[in-house]
Amino acid sequence: MPNFWQDPIGFIAAWLHSVLTGWGLPTEVVDFLLALLGAGVIALGAMLFVIFLIWYERKLIGRIQDRLGPNRVGPYGIFQPFADMLKIFTKEYITPEGADLVPYNLAPILAVAAVLLIWAVIPFAHNIVGVDLPVGLLFVIAAGGFGELAIMLAGWGSNNKYALLGGFRAVAMLISYEVPMIFTMLVPAMMANSLNLNDIVRAQTVPFLLTAPLAAIIFFITQVAEAARSPFDVVEADSELVAGFMTEYAGLKFGMFYVAEFLHAFTISMLFSVLFLAGWRGPGAEQFPLLGVLYLFIKTFVVYFIVILLRGSLPRFRIDQTLDLSWKVLTPLSLVAVFLNALVLKALVEAGLGGDSLGAQLLRAVILLAANVGVIWLSGQLMGQATLRERPVVSGPRPLAVSRPVVEQQE
Amino acid sequence: MLDQWLFVGLFAIIALLLPGVAIYLAGVLGPKKPNEAKRTIYECGIETVGETKLQFRAQYYVYALVFLIFDVEAVFLFPWAVAYGQLGLYAVLEGLLFALILAGGLVYAWKKGALEWK
Repeated sequence: MPNFWQDPIGFIAAWLHSVLTGWGLPTEVVDFLLALLGAGVIALGAMLFVIFLIWYERKLIGRIQDRLGPNRVGPYGIFQPFADMLKIFTKEYITPEGADLVPYNLAPILAVAAVLLIWAVIPFAHNIVGVDLPVGLLFVIAAGGFGELAIMLAGWGSNNKYALLGGFRAVAMLISYEVPMIFTMLVPAMMANSLNLNDIVRAQTVPFLLTAPLAAIIFFITQVAEAARSPFDVVEADSELVAGFMTEYAGLKFGMFYVAEFLHAFTISMLFSVLFLAGWRGPGAEQFPLLGVLYLFIKTFVVYFIVILLRGSLPRFRIDQTLDLSWKVLTPLSLVAVFLNALVLKALVEAGLGGDSLGAQLLRAVILLAANVGVIWLSGQLMGQATLRERPVVSGPRPLAVSRPVVEQQE
Repeated sequence: MLDQWLFVGLFAIIALLLPGVAIYLAGVLGPKKPNEAKRTIYECGIETVGETKLQFRAQYYVYALVFLIFDVEAVFLFPWAVAYGQLGLYAVLEGLLFALILAGGLVYAWKKGALEWK
């Protein structure tokens, strides 16, 4: 039995298990009940955490834009999201005429569920994890796919041209960014020799951000794109597509897309921390799991801060620029990142530097870092030489079904 | 093993129920006063012109096809990545060869103009 002061959550789990079996329940039923409790706590916790995230992001965006942000309801406006929540709960649902009801109603639910599912496998500490799945990394990719499906369903079901265009863009953009995302996910899997997220965290004596910075940067960019956040928010581009796929939604159905967006932004930060910033690792995290949770959240908030900073400072890419960035820069570079690390690491092991001692690990990290920085510098030079392609100006009337507006070029 | 997937199943059900129940509750709490003007499609604030179910451009298909190729490639590379520690230099180079063949495919699609947003 774990000590309460060292590991309160493990203690409570073990205590509940012993109490329930003490009541004469069979072990299978006890396991089922505990799994249900754990899943409920993680999912509900994530949903409630969004309330805080919304306040945090609005406040930060406010400061970035030289405003105060929410500051009326409660100290520092911290109760603003509660007021918004109360309001949105009592709003009327307005369903547009001709909407395809099944995809229309399913989309907001799927959007939230897709993000929540990722939380099932995130290791908050070495023993605080929803489920220690051996194929956790593949599970994360699979769960992420549902989010794209939700956007497509919303776009199709809304009976609205702009929503549909948002859905089309989602298809093109999200799947394009999934390719470099999956390739860069190979790097942590390769260096940890496992798809289990806990094993990946354990393998990071030196965080993978330092041993594979190229893969880390590409992964970060693709994750921001997967969350469809600025500067990649072409899916809901408000100056082009009204609000994209969520134009026709009202009340809490719109609110659920809002929740999904904020939670997704935080979840990708968490995923980045787990895969590249050594997750819960830190001094004393093995003895005191709650300390590991604290480390993970500190790292996550640093990454989340950068995500918000990007949203507050970068203009939106055009859809063709977005796709070009993915296919012509990130996809080839991610392949380079994978095989750069694979070959350099293998060469070092062949040269007799494959030991598990701290010195050997640090030496390998330094050499890998140098190789990565060299490639990043080289690709920067190559990209600097490429010139921006001018868009051909198309004149004359165009059919309605074209997803880009007619742009008159001004001399 | 089965326990783990039981948890994933339970989690999936809860993840679907939480937003579902919230949306249902909000539907019960909220007012229900639909009228003709409200039910029209909002679109961009102006009345809708023409058909809303647009035909989509063939370009989306091309991206989807290229995506499919690389997605399948990634599935093949994951076992390679997991076994990386036990692999010799030869097997690692073979993985590189496999990726290079597909990178050739990317170059071909690029030169063909499949990656241009027309």
